[in-house]
Amino acid sequence: MKIKSFKELKSLREKISNSRDPEKNCITICAGTGCLAYGAQSLVNKFKAEIEKDNLEEEIDIRSTGCHGFCEQGPVVVIYPEKVFYRRVGLDDAAEVIHKTVLNGEILDRLLYTDPSSGEKIIHEDDVPFYKKQMRLVFGMNGQIDPKSLEDYLAIGGYSALAKVLNGMEPGAVIEEVKKANLRGRGGGGFSAGWKWESTRKAKGDPKYVICNADEGDPGAYMDRSLLEGNPHSILEGMMIGAYAIGSNEGYIYVRNEYPLAVKNVTIAIEKGRELGVLGEDILDSGFSFDIKVNRGGGAFVCGESSALFASLEGRTGEPRAKYIHATDRGLNNKPTNLNNVETWANVPLIINKGAEWYQSIGTENSKGTKIFSLVGKINNTGLVEIPMGMTLREIIEDIGGGTPKGGKFKAVQTGGPSGGCIPEQFLDMPIDFDALTKVGSMMGSGGMIVMDDRTCMVDVARYFLKFLEGESCGKCVPCREGVRRMREILDDICEGRGREGDVEILESISHALIDGSLCALGATAPNPVLSTIKYFREEYSAHIQEKKCPAGVCKELIRYKIDEENCNGCGVCARLCPAECISGEKKQPHVIDQEKCIKCGSCRESCKFDAVIVE
Amino acid sequence: MVNLTIDKKKVQAEEGSTILKAAQSNGIEIPTLCYHDELTTSGACRLCSVEIKKGERTRIVTSCIYQVEKGLIVNTQSERVMNVRRLVLQLLMARCPESEIIRELAEKVGVKPQPRFKPDEDKGECILCRQCVEVCEEVVEVSAIGFSYRGADKAVGTPFVEPSRACIGCGACAYVCPTGHIKMEESDSGKERVIWDKTFKMVACKVCGRYFAPQEQLEYIGKKTGVPLSKLYTCVNCR
Amino acid sequence: MSEVNSVEKMELKVKDIIQKYGSDRGFVVPILQDVQKEFNYLPKEALNAVSSHLDVAISRIFEVATFYKAFSLTPRGRHQLSLCVGTACYVRGAPLIESNIERVLDLRPGKTSPDLEFSFDTVNCLGSCALGPILVVDGEYQGQMTVSKTNKVLKKLGKKVKTDEN
Repeated sequence: MKIKSFKELKSLREKISNSRDPEKNCITICAGTGCLAYGAQSLVNKFKAEIEKDNLEEEIDIRSTGCHGFCEQGPVVVIYPEKVFYRRVGLDDAAEVIHKTVLNGEILDRLLYTDPSSGEKIIHEDDVPFYKKQMRLVFGMNGQIDPKSLEDYLAIGGYSALAKVLNGMEPGAVIEEVKKANLRGRGGGGFSAGWKWESTRKAKGDPKYVICNADEGDPGAYMDRSLLEGNPHSILEGMMIGAYAIGSNEGYIYVRNEYPLAVKNVTIAIEKGRELGVLGEDILDSGFSFDIKVNRGGGAFVCGESSALFASLEGRTGEPRAKYIHATDRGLNNKPTNLNNVETWANVPLIINKGAEWYQSIGTENSKGTKIFSLVGKINNTGLVEIPMGMTLREIIEDIGGGTPKGGKFKAVQTGGPSGGCIPEQFLDMPIDFDALTKVGSMMGSGGMIVMDDRTCMVDVARYFLKFLEGESCGKCVPCREGVRRMREILDDICEGRGREGDVEILESISHALIDGSLCALGATAPNPVLSTIKYFREEYSAHIQEKKCPAGVCKELIRYKIDEENCNGCGVCARLCPAECISGEKKQPHVIDQEKCIKCGSCRESCKFDAVIVE
Repeated sequence: MVNLTIDKKKVQAEEGSTILKAAQSNGIEIPTLCYHDELTTSGACRLCSVEIKKGERTRIVTSCIYQVEKGLIVNTQSERVMNVRRLVLQLLMARCPESEIIRELAEKVGVKPQPRFKPDEDKGECILCRQCVEVCEEVVEVSAIGFSYRGADKAVGTPFVEPSRACIGCGACAYVCPTGHIKMEESDSGKERVIWDKTFKMVACKVCGRYFAPQEQLEYIGKKTGVPLSKLYTCVNCR
Repeated sequence: MSEVNSVEKMELKVKDIIQKYGSDRGFVVPILQDVQKEFNYLPKEALNAVSSHLDVAISRIFEVATFYKAFSLTPRGRHQLSLCVGTACYVRGAPLIESNIERVLDLRPGKTSPDLEFSFDTVNCLGSCALGPILVVDGEYQGQMTVSKTNKVLKKLGKKVKTDEN
C-alpha cells in the first residue's frame, strides 16, 4: 500500500499502534551478527516451531530483533512486557522458556545474568549493570523492532520526524535545528554536521548528493553495522531529512561488503520505504523526491576516507585526492556532496523529534548527545555501549564493561582505530568527548574502544596498527606508501630483538614528517599509535631495544616458554599437543620444554589447566 | 591578480594558479617529481610541499595543487618543509637505490640516505609518479597501462602483465618517465620497437625510407583524425 | 564443453550481472563481487567481458580488481579459512592462531594451496569482537578460537594434525 499524505501516514501509524497490545507476551531474540554467530537463527526457528506446535500464536508474539549490544552473552533473549533478560539461551531452553517463563511467569535461574562483582542474579534487562549506566537513545530501539519490518519502525514513531520536516519546516530551519543541537560527525573527525549541510546547500552545482558512510573500517568498531542491521529505517529517515535540508534528491549508502546482513537489511528497508511511499517521487505529496542506492565496498579501509569513497563510488580505485576543495563543493562526480556516517544520520530523527534544546542538554560543552562505543578486547562485558558524552573511561570500562578478565591487569585502552592512540591508566577518570580524547593523543574515531591488559605488548600493538595501515595504504603518495612500511620494518626489528639505540628517535622523526607530508588522513594519522605508545609506554620500547625483553610476554623472539615445576603435575596434555614434540617428562612428574626445538606456538600454555606453563 | 608572499618576497599571481606556478614565475625554485604541466596534478610525490600561513594558522600543503590566495604567506624552506622533503627523498632513495635522478636531486637539496632503510631490490626505478598512466589515458587516450594492487605492492604496467592490445607503441609513457624506468628499445635496423613486452613493426617513410613510427600508432592516428593512412606513411620531415 | 563455449557462457553471465546494475560503471565493485561469486574468482575472460560491456578500459578494471582485497585473480580453494585479525581478536591471541594455520597448511595468508584444497586469508575485523578470536570456516563463524581448536577444525577438513582427540 502506498501512502500519499501526512494524514495517511498518521492514520497508518495509529492503526498499527491500536492493533498492538503492549501487554501481550513477546519473545525478542537478538539476531545481530554476533548472536547469529552463536546460533540465534536456529533459536528463532525453534521458538517458532514450539509456538506453532502448541498453537500459542494468539498468546505469544515472536520477534527477531537487531543487536542488543551485549554480545558477550549471546544469544540474548528478552521477554516482554516484563523485559526478562535471558542470556546464552540454547535450543533446549526454548520449550521451557515458553511454558515456564512466558506463560507462567516462572524465572529460569540458569539463564539469568549473574553480576560478577556481587554474585547477584539479575532478572530484568534494565537492571543488568551493562545496561544500567547506558543512555540508549540511538541504539536502544534496536532491541524492540524487527529490522525487516517497516510496521515495527512506524509503531515506535518512525518517520514522524520526516513528516514533521516535510510538513512545514523550511530547509533552512532544519539546518538551524541541527546546528543548534551541535551534532558533530560520529565517523571520527567530529565536524559539525549542520555546517556541512549548510555548505552543501549553498554550494553551486546540480545534482547534489547525500551519502551515508557505512564503510566502517576501524578494527574493533561495529556500531555502524549494528545500527544498519538493527534499525535501518532510522538511518534512511536521517538521510531523507538531510537531503531535504540540503536540496538533494540522490543518496548513496556505501557499506562494507564484510557486512552481508547490514547490506541485506538496509536493502529491504529501502524497498519497503519505496513501497510505502516515504522514499521515491513526491514523498507524502510534499513535492520532495529522494531515493537511495546501496553500493558495496570491496575491502579497502581507505574508502572510509571521503574522497576515496567518492572514487570508489565512481567505479575507480579508492585513492584519495587532496582536499583543498571541500566535498561540499566538489565531491562525488565533482558535484556538491554531503557525507555523514551511519551513527550521525541515526541521530537526526531524534533531534528533529525532540528538539535541539533537549539534545543540547546531553553531553559536554562542545560534544552533545550520546556516543556508541564498541567495548572490546580484554574486557569482561564485550559489547556495544551508548553513553552520554562526558562519562569517564573508568565508568565505561569498570561499571559497564565489568573490568578486565580474571588474571589480567588493565594497562591501556585504545580508541580511534588505527588513527587513534593508546590511553594509559592515569587518564581513566577523564570525561570523554571529542576534544578530551584528542588532547591525550588519541581520538574519538568511530568509537572503537579496545581494552588492553598486562599481557598486551604496547610495542607489538604499535606494530600491529602499522602493519594494518601498510596493507591498507592505497599507495598513491610517497610518505604513506613508503614511510609506513619503513616504520613497520623498524618496529619488526625492535620486536624481534634487532632494535638499535636511536630507533625510537628515528620513529618519532618519520612520524612528524608523515603527519605533515601525507596526502590524506590515513597517512597523516598513521603515526598516532606509535607516538602515543612511545609517549606513555616508553619503558616497554627500552626493554625491547636494550634488554631484548618483552615485558608482556608477547614478542615471540624475545620470550621463552617454561614449565613451572611447582605447578606442573605431569598430566602430559601439553606434551601430547606439542607440534614440535619438544616437551618431555615422566608421568606425574614435572615436564620440561626443550628450548632448542620450541616453535613458540603457544599450544602448551593454552592447554595447561594448572597455569604451569609460563612465559619469560 | 592575487598578492601573496613567497619566501619573504612579495609576488603577484593570476587567480586560480597554484603556489608552484607563482613561485616558478618569480624565480623561486621548488623541487618536483610527479608534476607535469599537461597532466592531472595528483600531488603524489609530496616533494613540492610548502608551509603556508593564513592568519595565525600554519600548515603544510602541496604547492602543485594549492591555489594562491590573497595575503597568503608561503615558506618553501621552513624546517617542517625540509623534514617532509628529506623523508620523501630518503624513502625514494631506499625504494630506487639505482636511480641517479633521485640521488642527484637529494644531493642538491642536501639529503643523505637513511641507513636504517633497507634498499629495495624489486622496484626498479619506478617512483609511481603516475605521469605515464596519465599521459596514456589523458593525452594518447588509449589507457593501455595502469596501476595494479595497492600500498607497497602498487606497480605500473599492462593489465595481467601481458602485452596489451590497446598499446599503440607511441612511447609517450617512456618520454614522460622522469627516472627512465620505462624502457623503449628499438632494433638496430630500426624495423622493430619493443615496449611493455610488445613488439611493434615500424613503418618506413615512403619518401626518405627512415623507420619512424609503429604501424599501430599510425592506424590509431588515422582513425582519430580521419587523415588517410596513405598520407600518414610519410614522416613529418618529408611531408 | 568446448572452451569457446564456456567463454561465451561466461560473457553472457557477465552481461546479465552488469544489466542488473543498469550498466552503471559506478557499480563496478559490486559487479565484480557478483562475478567473483559466480566463478569463485575473477577469470581474465570475465574481466575482459566486464571491460567491454561497461565500456571501461581493461586497465581500469584490472586496477579495481587488484586494488580491493575482496577480489582474487586466481581460483580459490575448496575450503576457505578467514581469520579475523581485528584489534580485539589480535589482543586475544589471533597471531598465535595465524602462525599455527600457516604452519599446518603451509600457506601464507592470502594464498591457496597448490591442490586447491585450502585458501587462507586474514580479514580486518568482522565486527563480532565478543567471539574473538574468530575463524570463518567456509562461511561459518567459529568463535573463541585457540590453537588446539584450530587444529580440530583443520583435522575435520582432512589435515593431519595433532589434537587432544588422538
